[in-house]
Amino acid sequence: MPVETLQEKLVYGRPQVLADVPNHYCPGCGHGIIHKLLAQCIDELGIQQTTILVAPVGCSVLAYNYIKVDGCEAAHGRAPAVATGIKRVHPEATVIAYQGDGDLLAIGTAETIHAANRGEKITVIFVNNAIYGMTGGQMAPTTLQAQKTKTSPYGRNPADVGYPIRACELINTLDAPVFIERCAVSSVKGILKTKRAIMKGLRNQVEKKGYSFIEILSMCPTGWGMEPREAAAWVDSDMTPVFPLGNLRDR
Amino acid sequence: MYEGLFFAGFGGQGIILAGKIVCLAAMGEGKHVSHIPSYGAEMRGGTANCSVVVSDDEIASPLVPRPSACIVMNKPSLLKFQSIVQVGGLLLWNESLIDLAPSRTDIETLAVKANEIAEAAGSYKAANMVMLGALLKRKPDIASLEAVIGVLGVAVSVRHRELNDINRKALTGGYERA
Amino acid sequence: MAVTLMKGNEAIGEAAIIAGCRHYFGYPITPQNELPAYMSMRLPKVGGTFLQAESEVAAINMVLGASAAGARVMTSSSSPGVSLKMEGISYLSGAELPAVVVNMMRGGPGLGNIAGAQGDYFQAVKGGGHGDYHCIVLAPNGVQELADLTVKAFDLADQYRIVVIILGDGFIGQMSEPITLPAPSGRVFDKSAWMLSGATGRDPHVIASMRLAPDDALAHLNARLQDKYRVIEKAECMWEKSQADDAEFLLVGFGLSARICRSSVSALRKAGVRAGLFRPITLWPFPSGELARAAAGKKKILVVEMNAGQMVEDVRLSVLSSVPVDFLGTLGGVTPSVDEIVERVRSYAR
Repeated sequence: MPVETLQEKLVYGRPQVLADVPNHYCPGCGHGIIHKLLAQCIDELGIQQTTILVAPVGCSVLAYNYIKVDGCEAAHGRAPAVATGIKRVHPEATVIAYQGDGDLLAIGTAETIHAANRGEKITVIFVNNAIYGMTGGQMAPTTLQAQKTKTSPYGRNPADVGYPIRACELINTLDAPVFIERCAVSSVKGILKTKRAIMKGLRNQVEKKGYSFIEILSMCPTGWGMEPREAAAWVDSDMTPVFPLGNLRDR
Repeated sequence: MYEGLFFAGFGGQGIILAGKIVCLAAMGEGKHVSHIPSYGAEMRGGTANCSVVVSDDEIASPLVPRPSACIVMNKPSLLKFQSIVQVGGLLLWNESLIDLAPSRTDIETLAVKANEIAEAAGSYKAANMVMLGALLKRKPDIASLEAVIGVLGVAVSVRHRELNDINRKALTGGYERA
Repeated sequence: MAVTLMKGNEAIGEAAIIAGCRHYFGYPITPQNELPAYMSMRLPKVGGTFLQAESEVAAINMVLGASAAGARVMTSSSSPGVSLKMEGISYLSGAELPAVVVNMMRGGPGLGNIAGAQGDYFQAVKGGGHGDYHCIVLAPNGVQELADLTVKAFDLADQYRIVVIILGDGFIGQMSEPITLPAPSGRVFDKSAWMLSGATGRDPHVIASMRLAPDDALAHLNARLQDKYRVIEKAECMWEKSQADDAEFLLVGFGLSARICRSSVSALRKAGVRAGLFRPITLWPFPSGELARAAAGKKKILVVEMNAGQMVEDVRLSVLSSVPVDFLGTLGGVTPSVDEIVERVRSYAR
């Protein structure tokens, strides 16, 4: 009788560039998934040694502790400006601005629009969870109509504070960006699509194409007051009608 | 020697340039110089002025609160600035555009038909050069007429250099009639 | 090198290029517009980058990025714009990043006016942004010194990993004077231990001011900053004295005020009053010890500033009660006159 030997074959593992440390994110938070996807893409493109990550102010303020590439802190909203400065000094590097909704669409709107409009050859990863997580669940520029937060306790009232802003559609009015896509990490299918979008956004830099913008709808169970499973379902049921998924531009 | 000069007129009369030309010429003849223009909103169609110091010694303050010689190219400048000329100082005024003689009696005044002389030289735009020529005649210590003519090539911007023939004639015209 | 007639704002630009600055980020504001215009014309010709940012806030954060990436980088503005840069200056200071920031001061507060003024002394010297930090503050008094100190500013910034502010005023920025362009200092600073360039063959570098853990991490960062500031205070004070040794009355001023003071000293000496001048060139670190020595035995000190009395506080702290200190200030972009300074000092002599 032939003897079968068991051969070890690794089919799935921690990306090399993802630090093997416990992270500070809440259970069910999307940042952990998105960090992993970003790390996988960096590994697969082999750009660990040429990537510079700009971390925002917000829950992902410590992103540079989890993804083992050169990292830079940015003041609240200024990640695209900091990324611009870095990229203009090191045009060969892959420069990523990782931002949340308050950072990108409230305090940093000017920096967001103008970096996109200049066509800075950077990749912006925009994590939209419709709330300010780090400061304890306040209303964000992407908070949905009637959504209750710490600073919209009766629900967001558009007559008073306007409607949620759609970043992809806003940036899609500009001529310079080469890639704009909205994804969601609320399902396995969505996660796979998100990875493809991040991959494309990074490859655009490697190929010196131009500015890429990837918006990722993500869960904030703590801020929303939901169970993780409930939060993922809420992304699909409530967020995607307001923030439709899909590619808006791919040049 | 020490001369604190003040040039005033309306934007477009070449006030700042006249001051710069004096600096370049005097610098070339070994003098210390400084030049402070008026700037910003007031220059856009309003009045323009500049303060110039020419001195044998190093210049401490570049400000000219009481000029030893003052050139005024239009009426508002005469009305505004004749009072700052130091007692015994010199006031050159553009008679072509000012219908009112200076009221000061404790200073030396000289009326110059700058626009007419400039027209005769080829363009009214060279009126600033006429005034400058007159100044050089009355204040020969500042710089020689030759030195001033010599710096026109570098001082005047490329797009206006074709006017330098006219500028030269205007400078000489002002010098001769002062 | 040949003597050329240069405007202050343009002299800074050329001196920065001589110093190896190849990145400039800025936003238009009077009275410093000649500097970005100059950089936009010159930098592309020397392989550099000029970028007009969407705001002063964005500009200073582009400076932060470029500095983190290891470049010699500069921004410039005037008072209201520099207020907007304060956030970035605090972050640069916390992350210990070198940068050169030019402030051609104008009249304030608020939009104020566009005349030269010295009302931002407190902002530059005492902080301006949040947290315990200092910038080295250089106060040139004319076009030659603007150029010379610009070259020095880049070296100081790199040597100490600190923000250096060149604190001029609208008059000095707009003024033209003959200058000899400075030579490069030739000093080279190795940034390889901290700059961001991609983690090739080394562990990743992180540039950040935030220190959350352990509990005393931020205290350690601050202690290191303070140690660095003490070293700078000892090593980098600059000042100028003229006719001060035998003087009975000492004038103290910086920048343009100091030049008006020097004219006043000449006028006073002609009138038989023994006056002298002490001019701080570094406003931080403030040359306190040197001023105290220069002031010893004087009958009175007169501090002249184009503000309501800012540097005078540091002068008083320097001499304490050993010499009486008087103040003469002009407000809203008005310059002090030699006559009023002379009159004030003569009143002491009477």
